[in-house]
Amino acid sequence: MSTNILAVRDVSHSFGGAPVLDHLSFEVAAGEVVAFVGPSGCGKTTLLRLLSGFYRPAAGAVERRGDTRMIYQQDGLLPWLTVTENISLGLRHVSEAARAGQLARLLQLIRLQGFARHYPHQLSGGMRQRVELARALAGDTSVLLMDEPFSSLDYQTRARMRAELTRVLAGRPVAVVLVTHDIEEAVLLADRVLVLSERPARVLCELHPEGERPRDVTSPALRATMKSILERLSLPHDFDGEGPEGEGETVGTPEASASPG
Amino acid sequence: MKNAQRVSYAQATLLSAACLVGALGLWWLLSRAGLFPPSALPTPADVAAGLGEEVRTGRLADDMVASLFRVAAGYTLAVVTSVPVGLALGHSPRWRAALLPAVNFFRSLSPLAWIPFAILWFGIGDTPVVFLIFMATFFPLVLATLAAVAEVPAVYFQVAHEYGFRGVELLTRITLPAVMPQVITALRVAGGMAWLVLVAAEMIAGRDGLGFAIWDARNGLRLDLLVCGMIVIGLTGAILDWLLSLLSKLPGVRWGYEH
Repeated sequence: MSTNILAVRDVSHSFGGAPVLDHLSFEVAAGEVVAFVGPSGCGKTTLLRLLSGFYRPAAGAVERRGDTRMIYQQDGLLPWLTVTENISLGLRHVSEAARAGQLARLLQLIRLQGFARHYPHQLSGGMRQRVELARALAGDTSVLLMDEPFSSLDYQTRARMRAELTRVLAGRPVAVVLVTHDIEEAVLLADRVLVLSERPARVLCELHPEGERPRDVTSPALRATMKSILERLSLPHDFDGEGPEGEGETVGTPEASASPG
Repeated sequence: MKNAQRVSYAQATLLSAACLVGALGLWWLLSRAGLFPPSALPTPADVAAGLGEEVRTGRLADDMVASLFRVAAGYTLAVVTSVPVGLALGHSPRWRAALLPAVNFFRSLSPLAWIPFAILWFGIGDTPVVFLIFMATFFPLVLATLAAVAEVPAVYFQVAHEYGFRGVELLTRITLPAVMPQVITALRVAGGMAWLVLVAAEMIAGRDGLGFAIWDARNGLRLDLLVCGMIVIGLTGAILDWLLSLLSKLPGVRWGYEH
């Protein structure tokens, strides 16, 4: 597994005899972000649950090094705990003395120092998502799984959170698996994008969005990558005939044309 | 709630005081109008005099202490047993399959149906009343806790699994806090039921207490004391409900009321 922290070897899975995943194999290295896109219900969330160890694969193997943490599609913060207490869940095995310092650093990282004693319901959606991120990165996290993490946020907050995620993950040796229905999000954030087929999911193709993060979604290279993904998913798109100089318009807003799900 | 208006504390106090004065005025008018004989509808002044008499003789205090003790004992016993049972049933499909029909059966029975058994088993006094209050509140609390567990979002259990919460820790640090807002609402409803049952139980199976005082006043045709007992019971019930409502102000449960 050399620098790979997560390795999936020929994994298949089914529910009640109905196949969901079909011979999936891939690896994720430390510091790498791999995004999965695919049609709704193709098995993306099942894949994440297998990667997290919540499910055991029917066939094949999932190999992980170190702690695995997840950021959920629904609000995954425990509402009866404060921001500090939620983040501390990720520091349960850290000594009391070291915990205070780590907590302070994490709060600084997500820029919520003044909200340590707030409860989740007192925060905005974007702030809650940042607390989830801090909790997921607390301790010795080596694998971070993200299940449509920004899907419940409004468009502006989502854009801010993408930038925030890029900033927070920069330089961290964490293997990130991002499952999303938002193709724009996938090409903006990921080093590799794996396109999944209809259920039972298999990898249709693997794409490598170009450029250093943060990326510009209007760049010709990213537009070409998004177009390829939509074509592999047999989805209509409006990329043909539009140049990148189109007034910085976000090409095919995620909801309108760049989203298979 | 587009048209919802905010009412300040001062406005609320003024409004409720105005309603109270209006109700007293209406009562006074009715008692003076001659619709009913004075022996069937005492005036507010008669009741105030009766209240003074009850306070002076010490009987009101004795009755209140007796009633509060019985409610506290029966209700506390029901809470400390029903919430764990509800949590266990919520977590275990097997226990739920085995016991839920029985819980539903007993929940449907009026607690007053147990009065003959309560007297036969425990005689007259504190124990039968405590038993009846327990029977009235235990089963609804079990069902409310069980329903609350069923509604806990699955993502909390996924988080619990991820961070290694198992067994008792899962129950005390995840399930219990997750159901607390709904359980507190159920505690308030059950508290009201306990107070209702107390009066009926003391009328039949008590030798003292506020329920017995009402029954005794009725037997002595002292309707002024009867109304006095009704007012004290209503006020005490409202104060107990207010005390229970303070639980919903605790920092760890406010999330359940502020969405």
